[in-house]
Amino acid sequence: MTAPLPGRRYTEHMAVPAVAVTTAPLSLEAVIDVVSAGGSASGAVASFSGLVRDHNQGRTVTFLEYEAYVPLAVKGMERIVSEAGETWPGVRLALHHRIGRLDPGEASIVIAAAGAHRADTFSACRYAIERVKQIVPIWKREHFEGGDVWLEGATADPEDEAARAQALRVSCA
Amino acid sequence: MRVTVRLFARLRDLAGSGELVRELEEPATVASAWRSLVDEYPQVAEYERIMSVAVNADYSRMSAAVRDGDEIAFLPPVSGG
Repeated sequence: MTAPLPGRRYTEHMAVPAVAVTTAPLSLEAVIDVVSAGGSASGAVASFSGLVRDHNQGRTVTFLEYEAYVPLAVKGMERIVSEAGETWPGVRLALHHRIGRLDPGEASIVIAAAGAHRADTFSACRYAIERVKQIVPIWKREHFEGGDVWLEGATADPEDEAARAQALRVSCA
Repeated sequence: MRVTVRLFARLRDLAGSGELVRELEEPATVASAWRSLVDEYPQVAEYERIMSVAVNADYSRMSAAVRDGDEIAFLPPVSGG
């Protein structure tokens, strides 16, 4: 995990990695820079930011608390980069996920994909967020007016080819 | 043999701890560690059908063998993004 240094952005004190799990506020610019670096052949950069909603399932959300099994989360995100590289050759992908307490409006994830053409970069971005929700060991606890609840989605299984095919299908729709 | 068990999210809340040391008889599997956990914290049993498992920070299976010093993680369904 990348710990923030006091008074500095988490991206300032090091070469920005393609994948990161950090408690610091995320920078969409940082992931765009990662995939754009040295890529003068790129005709397209697509990006995605996932933000904390202030309402969910009829509840007023006060904040979210994200937790990760960090070493496996980083490996899972690296796997997604590798899968995207196999699926869309030449596309470069970067994604950073934040953990800890996040208030409504803050970004929990930022993703960027660069490549020669728009279709592949949009698809790679969508694929990355779908796969994060399938195989990356990160959890969120929703705090709302009157209580809190751990949200649970998919049983993580990177070898589940049906899940991967589903992520690919929605990414290329 | 001794293993470290890591628990996350609601599974951690149910057991009251995110990291536990378990003594297991050899030969042991991920499933032996889980049974030992359920014996002490029966409230976690509901996760058996829906959780994922990892050994030393790699996804694994309940049937996988574990060795002294391994870190075994039990992971509720994920909700990142």
